[in-house]
Amino acid sequence: MIARAIIAALLMLQLGGTAWAERLIVSVSNHRVTVTPNYSGEELVLFGSVERDAATPANRNAYDLVVTVLGPRADMVTRRKERKFGIWINTDYRQFLQVPSYLALFANRPFDQITSPEIARRQQIGLNNVLLTQRVGTDYADVVPDDAFRSAFIRLRTQRGLYREDPSAVTFLTPTLFRTGIPLPAEVPIGTYEVEIKLFANGALVTKTETAFEIVKVGFEQFVATSARQNGFIYGLVTAALALTCGWSASIVFRKD
Amino acid sequence: MQLYLPIADLPVNVFLVLAMGAAVGFVSGMFGIGGGFLMTPLLIFIGIAPAVAVASVASHIAASSFSGAISYWRRRAIDPALATVLLCGGVTGTALGVWTFTQLRALGQLDLMIALSYVVLLTTVGSLMFSEGLRAMMRTRRGAVPPRRTHNWIHGLPLKMRFKRSKIYLSVIPVVVVGIIIGFIGAVMGIGGGFILVPVMIYLLRVPTSTVIGTSMILTLVTMLFATMLHAMTNHLVDAVLALILMVGGVTGAQFGARAGQKIRGEQLRLLLGLLILAVGLRFAVELVIRPEDLFTIREIGVTG
Repeated sequence: MIARAIIAALLMLQLGGTAWAERLIVSVSNHRVTVTPNYSGEELVLFGSVERDAATPANRNAYDLVVTVLGPRADMVTRRKERKFGIWINTDYRQFLQVPSYLALFANRPFDQITSPEIARRQQIGLNNVLLTQRVGTDYADVVPDDAFRSAFIRLRTQRGLYREDPSAVTFLTPTLFRTGIPLPAEVPIGTYEVEIKLFANGALVTKTETAFEIVKVGFEQFVATSARQNGFIYGLVTAALALTCGWSASIVFRKD
Repeated sequence: MQLYLPIADLPVNVFLVLAMGAAVGFVSGMFGIGGGFLMTPLLIFIGIAPAVAVASVASHIAASSFSGAISYWRRRAIDPALATVLLCGGVTGTALGVWTFTQLRALGQLDLMIALSYVVLLTTVGSLMFSEGLRAMMRTRRGAVPPRRTHNWIHGLPLKMRFKRSKIYLSVIPVVVVGIIIGFIGAVMGIGGGFILVPVMIYLLRVPTSTVIGTSMILTLVTMLFATMLHAMTNHLVDAVLALILMVGGVTGAQFGARAGQKIRGEQLRLLLGLLILAVGLRFAVELVIRPEDLFTIREIGVTG
């Protein structure tokens, strides 16, 4: 409900604040992904359409679409190993501040064909252009895409399926109707995910909209996770009791008479 | 069958973890050790964060040592007085260990510390145990009598106390120190420490073999219960679901292991255990020395939102 209300509000803002003639209507197949005991990842579907009205230039009917999915933000550290005293140990490191724990960029064709490098940079299109704030010395900034730490960071996240870009994932079913899949691997973090959808025509940003979904633990998983965090003492006692019961029952079951 | 672990935030195959628990349990029952030094690396290998693995294995070791301790208690193979003195040190050591664990985690050198201590500890203990087992086997083959046990400097220390069940008269200082060391490394490395404690008690403290395994199991049991509590309270990293699967597999395996162990002669058992420990230690050493496939690693320092 809240998510819908937000979408509606955003759409209103969009209509009131911009002079663009197109409007994006989008929805994800599931706004609330629940983590159950047999959860092992999921694939959501985002679908939507480009609404045109009288003000739309008649000759404009080829659209490009870029979808960005941003998972809950977290601070991370990337460390580099170096050989010291004959063994490989962590030496240098770089802090990444409030970067998305999941990041996916989808489009209907390669990013460089959709728009100019300048706009791509400004609109954060492509993994190389998404802002990843780092602490560099006393500064908080992003660095050049081919920086060793930044590229290692993106490479490692991509290997785990947590960062991805796929310039052919968005398909236009009709010139105005589109869909894309959002693959969520099993180890995606719990939290709120923002989805930004940007519409381009002839290399220029026409309009954009946002939606969101959340991944939540429910039932038993939720119970275990919150009690571990909030009632550490009781949680520890229960685990210890569990261990004792388990050991005791084994000695009963396997007792040699 | 996949099962989602609520603290490790990762789905695992239940049967794989059960089998791992059973295999390690078999080894632990056979040699009378906790088996943490095998379990923790195995968990890390299947993708569980080292910190979660160390914290969760503690409760698994508690379960298997409790089931072992019960059967040793029935056979009157536990020295309560010696266990109490050891525990005084063990609890202190565990608290120090969990504190160190938290500090190292903040520094980002926890993985290195765990790996380094594995290498040093396992290769040393493994090769000592292996060579001792080898010598013992040669002796029996030659039919020679084992050298008579002599008192060493440890027996000259003050604060002596009589341990009736073990029939020894010993200063409490080395016993408490051993307890502290075992508790400390147990909490930091996620191992019970039984494989170090047993040889130390036999060769250094001269505790008779009849009470040594049972008594060391009491120390392992209490320090691991204590470590579970402390890890749960300070780091919130104990995964109860993971621990439960490991426990069920572990205690079952341990019972079969104990039966298998009775069929093998003592020195052969030590030789085998020495080899096993050495192999695990060398594996860690190789990993430190060869160039890693990826020089970079990422670690999250807390999710917000």
